[in-house]
Amino acid sequence: MKILNDLKYTKSHEWIKVEGDKALVGITDYAQEHLGEIVFVELPEPGAELAAGDSLGVVESVKAVADVYVPASGIVKEINEELLDDPGKLNEDAFGNWLISLELTDPAQLDELLDASEYEKLCKEED
Amino acid sequence: MKKTPLYEKHLELKGKVIDFGGWALPVEYQGIISEHEAVRTAAGLFDVSHMGEVTVKGPDAEKYIQKLIVNDISPMENYQIFYSPMCYPDGGVVDDLLVYKFNKEDYFIVINASNTDKDVRWFMDHLEGNVEVKNVSDDYGELALQGPKAEMILQKLTDTDLNEIGFFRFMPDVKICGVPALVSRTGYTGEDGFEIYVDPAQAPFLWDKILEAGKGEGLVPAGLGARDTLRFEACLPLYGQEIDKDITPLEAGLGSFVKLDKEDFIGKEALLKQKESGIPRKLVAFEMLDRGIARSHYEVQAGGKKIGFVTTGSYSPTLKKNIGLALIDREYAREGGEIEVIVRNKSLKAKIVENPFYRKKYKK
Repeated sequence: MKILNDLKYTKSHEWIKVEGDKALVGITDYAQEHLGEIVFVELPEPGAELAAGDSLGVVESVKAVADVYVPASGIVKEINEELLDDPGKLNEDAFGNWLISLELTDPAQLDELLDASEYEKLCKEED
Repeated sequence: MKKTPLYEKHLELKGKVIDFGGWALPVEYQGIISEHEAVRTAAGLFDVSHMGEVTVKGPDAEKYIQKLIVNDISPMENYQIFYSPMCYPDGGVVDDLLVYKFNKEDYFIVINASNTDKDVRWFMDHLEGNVEVKNVSDDYGELALQGPKAEMILQKLTDTDLNEIGFFRFMPDVKICGVPALVSRTGYTGEDGFEIYVDPAQAPFLWDKILEAGKGEGLVPAGLGARDTLRFEACLPLYGQEIDKDITPLEAGLGSFVKLDKEDFIGKEALLKQKESGIPRKLVAFEMLDRGIARSHYEVQAGGKKIGFVTTGSYSPTLKKNIGLALIDREYAREGGEIEVIVRNKSLKAKIVENPFYRKKYKK
């Protein structure tokens, strides 16, 4: 299982990466591995205002439907439309394929998220 | 959780083991889609040891079974197998099962794992005449070898000419690598293949031997996930979804197994009445037109009005589309008709299509 050091994580297996004035959000490698082959992705409309912990969409494998939660509050700037046509990319590289980009409205929330080592510990506990 | 005799094999093969109705079984090994495709194009080996088995023996065995199930077993030949729903007096389904006939006084019945206790109680509560009913589920391990290459692979391991086992027929004492097994040409995938019943202690040995024999042929171990998508594409019903205590076999499209001209059986009156007064709901196959996957129990509407619910919905690995089965009011059950599936509070368009999605490739 892959975990990247420069990202922040949620207990519900999302990652967030701040790049300048925006943040990218995706699901972790652990999440994709546990879901199995991903066959469907539903994403929000750009412009949607989401609060930390809101569902931003779903990722579905053959058998399971998983909600994806937004790690920090913000306004949806872009969605990764490539994933709508090719959701299997999340299985190939969960960290290389973000779901949405956000304009953060409360960047201080990032401090409450898990860092890589804390997240790694969580994954080990859940297995 | 209960373990099948192949539990250690699933761990060795790194299967994703889940709790399936109290049984520890693999949902997948390498991935549902690749296992599904292997069964459609080559072969897959499934552990179905969780299935329940019951023997019915005695001079009144035939009469007793006739009373319990909706199909008519009187035309059955020895070593033939019939499928049948088994109903409550109100026409709802207790379970669906396979009846293996040795002779008029000796039958072997295969039932769903999750219904085993309920079914055995049902059998016992309806004992009549000179019969002996026994739950022999723990005496059997069961492997299902399914796919177009199933026969060729299994043939490598036995001197019995498997070609002699016709569709829905069985042979009771086939030696596979020297191990005696009951082998039937049955399955739950829509492909040709076999179900193999053996002494549980021998199941791991046969599992390894079969996988070895299929190595160069594209055979893979396959889990419950692929078993479900395969049966679903072929529109084979699953208890708890397409059939249930609240759904009659007539509604589920299983009318050809309901022999209403048979003398007397549990549920006959209710089913006759339903047939005469018009079957209220019908199981239909549909394809999503809007983006989204229908799942079991999602509501189905027409023009904003509730007309039924999804029994099974999934991405179809063979068709590469999102498809489903739904039980809906009869008046809307017309091929080509548009329905709406409510997915996370959104109404998504779907179209009723021909059933089944996948034409079964049985060897007859």
